[in-house]
Amino acid sequence: MTLPVTALSIRGLAKRFGSKIAVDGISLEVPAGSFFGIVGPNGAGKTTTLSMATGLLRPDFGTAVVHGVDVWAQPLEAKKLMGILPDGVRLFDRLSGEQLVTYAGLLRGMDKEVVASRVGELLAALDLSQDAGTLVVDYSAGMTKKIALASALIHAPKVLVLDEPFESVDPVSAANIRDILDRYVATGGTVIVSSHVMDLVQRMCDHVAVVAAGRLLAAGTVDQVRAGASLEERFVELVGGRSQTEGLEWLRTF
Amino acid sequence: MVAHLLRLKLTLLRNGLRRSPWQLVGLAIGGLYALGIVGLCVTALLLLRQEDAGLAQTVVVLSGSAALLGWGIVPVVASAADMTLDPARFTTAAVPMSQLLAGLTLGGLIGIPGLATVIVALATVGTWSRGIVPAVGALVGAVLGVLSCVVLSKVVTTATASLAASRRFKDVSGTAFMVPLVLLGPILAGIFQGVSGSGAFLADLARSLSWTPLGAAWSLGGDLEAGYAGHAVLKLLIAAATLAGLAWCWKLLLERALVTPPYAGSSRRKGGRMGLFSLLPATPVGAVTARSLTYWFRDPRYSGSLVVIPLLPVVLAFQGSQTNDFGILLIVGPLTAFLLAWSISSDVSYDNTAFALHLAAGVRGVHDRLGRALACLAFALPAVLILATVPFFITGGWEKLPGILGLSVGVLLTGLGLASVVSARYTVAVPLPGDSPFKKPPGNVAQTLAVQFGGMGVLLVLILPEAALLIAQLLTGEQVFGWINLALGPLLGTALFIVGVRVGGRWLDARGPELLAQLTVNR
Repeated sequence: MTLPVTALSIRGLAKRFGSKIAVDGISLEVPAGSFFGIVGPNGAGKTTTLSMATGLLRPDFGTAVVHGVDVWAQPLEAKKLMGILPDGVRLFDRLSGEQLVTYAGLLRGMDKEVVASRVGELLAALDLSQDAGTLVVDYSAGMTKKIALASALIHAPKVLVLDEPFESVDPVSAANIRDILDRYVATGGTVIVSSHVMDLVQRMCDHVAVVAAGRLLAAGTVDQVRAGASLEERFVELVGGRSQTEGLEWLRTF
Repeated sequence: MVAHLLRLKLTLLRNGLRRSPWQLVGLAIGGLYALGIVGLCVTALLLLRQEDAGLAQTVVVLSGSAALLGWGIVPVVASAADMTLDPARFTTAAVPMSQLLAGLTLGGLIGIPGLATVIVALATVGTWSRGIVPAVGALVGAVLGVLSCVVLSKVVTTATASLAASRRFKDVSGTAFMVPLVLLGPILAGIFQGVSGSGAFLADLARSLSWTPLGAAWSLGGDLEAGYAGHAVLKLLIAAATLAGLAWCWKLLLERALVTPPYAGSSRRKGGRMGLFSLLPATPVGAVTARSLTYWFRDPRYSGSLVVIPLLPVVLAFQGSQTNDFGILLIVGPLTAFLLAWSISSDVSYDNTAFALHLAAGVRGVHDRLGRALACLAFALPAVLILATVPFFITGGWEKLPGILGLSVGVLLTGLGLASVVSARYTVAVPLPGDSPFKKPPGNVAQTLAVQFGGMGVLLVLILPEAALLIAQLLTGEQVFGWINLALGPLLGTALFIVGVRVGGRWLDARGPELLAQLTVNR
C-alpha cells in the first residue's frame, strides 16, 4: 500500500494585520486528486489562508508546500504547479477577454500556438465565445469571474485554488464549471475551493475544512465532517453564533 | 429630513477622513489651495467697494456668470461629480421629493467647491455695502445665485448620468479634457489680450448677461446701487424663475432617474482580434510589452499624458513668442524624455491589484520590468528624437543638435531605468482603474510626494554628466562637447537602463507579495 500523495500541505500558517489576527495557525493536508472545499463565515480568514498558500501574501508564520515544492522558498517553481483564482482583485480589464487569457498564458512562458488553441476551447467551454473580443471592463460580474477562471486554467496546473469561484455566476455556467472541475479531478487534478454555500460544497466536494475566526474547526472527508447531519447543520453547530429566534414579535404585527 | 440628509453628508465626510490620516492631509492641502483662491477673490471683491460702481457691476456679473457656467460644465467633463449623496441610494427610503431636493441642494454646498462659492458670493455683499438697499439686494442675489449653481450642477449630472456611466464617454472626455487644461496659459493670455483693449465690450457683455438667467442674480446689488429699482425687480424675477425652473427640471429628471437606473450596455464583440499580442514575440517580456502598450492607448490615465506631449512645444513656443526668445524651445526634447520615462514610475500603482496576475503567474521580476520599459521606449524614443529636433527649424543653431539629442536620449534611458526601480519598490497614489484621470486618488499623499520628488532628485544626479557636457558646450561654444554628448548619452543611458531593470527585477522578485499588499490598501 502506498501513502496517498499530498497536493497541498500547509503547516501553522498565521497572519496578523495590525492588531487583528486574521489567521491563527491553520494546518491542512489536501490529498492529491481530491475536490477540497474550505467553508467558513464571512471574515473567517479563508481568503487570507489561500493567499498565503498560493504565494500572494507572505505569512507571518508557517509553511505551504505544493507537491513537494515550498511555496515561499521556491515561489516560481511552486506557481507553475498552481492555477489561482484570487477573490477581490482586479483584472487587466482594458484587454478583451481573449487577450486577457492569452496574456495569462504567455506570462507563464507558454507556446503561442498552444495558448491560441486553449484560449478558444476555454472560452467555448465557459460560454464566452460570443464576447471574446469585448473588453473585460464591459463584462458582467459573472462573466468577469469566468474569464478569471479561464486565466487560471490556461497552463493546465496540477492544483487549482479557487476563491469563491461561483459568486454571481449564473446557474447554467455554474453547472458547466462544475463539469469541467469534476472531469479535472477525475483525471488526477486537485481542486481547492472556498465558499460559503454549504449545499454546493456538500454536493461538489469530497473533502471539506471548516474555518472560523482564523482557526481550523474540522477537516476531513465530507462524510466525516458532517457526521450524519447535513453540512449546513454541522457547520452552524461548529461555528455557533445562531441567534435565538425570539424577539422581533412586532414583525408579525403588520 | 433635510437635517438628516445634511448630517448624513457630514458623517460620510468624517468617516472618509477617519479611514486614514492622509485623507485629512489631502483635504487640508485642497482646502489651503481653495483658501488661497477664495482669499484672492474676496479681497478683490472688497476692494471693488471703493471703485466705480459700473466697473464693480461688470466684474461681479461676469465672474458670477462664469461661476454658474463652471458649475454646469465641470462635473460632466471631468466626471468629478460628487456622488456621496447619490439620489439613487435613497430610492428605497421613500423620502418625500421636496425634502430630498432641499437636502441634496444644501448637501451640495458642503465640500470645498460649495463652501468656496458661498464665501465668494457673500463677499459681493461687501462690494455693494455702499448702502442698506444695495447690500440687501446683493445678499438676495448671492443666495439665489449660489443655489442656482448647485441645482444647475445637479440638473446636468442627473441628465447626463446615463451618458456619464458609459465607459466610452468617460474615457474620451477624460482624455480630451487634458487639451484645454494644458493650453490654459495660452488660452487665458489670448482672452486677456483680446479684451484688455476693449473694456467697453466687457461692460456691454455684462449688461446683456445681467438680463439672462446666467447673470441676473449677480446684478441685483449693482442695479439697486445705480438706482434702477425697476430693473432690479425684473432681474429678481428672472433669477427666481431661473432657480425655480432648474429645480423643476431637476425634480422631473430625478423622478425619472429613480425608476430607471442608468444602463451602461455595450455591444458584444466576437474574438479574433489579438491586436499587439499577435505582433510582438510570444514570450513573457513580449506579452508584458504588448499589454502595457495596449494600456497606453486604451486607458485614459495613460493616454491623457500622451495627449500632453505634442502640446508641449505649442505651450513653450507660445512662451517664447511672448518674449521673442525661443531658446526655451531647446528643452522640449529633454523635457519630453523626462515626462515619458517618469510616467512608468507609477506603473504598478496603475495596475492596482490586477498586478496579482503577474505574481500568481510567477513572472520573473526582470521580465516584468523590461516589458514595461520597452513598451514606453517603443514610442518614447521616436517621439523624443522628433521633438528634440523640431525646435531647431525655428531657432536655428544646429550646432547644438548633437548635444541636445545626447542629453534627451540619456534622460529617457536613465529615467526608464530609475523608474523601473522605483515602481518595483514604492506605490504612489494614482486614480483607480476606470476612474477619471482628474479624480483625487485615494491613499498616501505624503509617500507619493516623497517618492516622486526623491526619484526626480536622484534622476538629476544621474544625468549630471550629460547636463554638464551640454552646459560646457553652451559656455565654450566648442562643438566637440556636443559630439561627446551624442555618444555618452545613449551609452551611459543604456548602462543605467540595464542596471535599473536588473535591480528593479530583483526587488520585485524579493518583495512582490509586499508590493501587492501595499496595492490592496489603495483599492
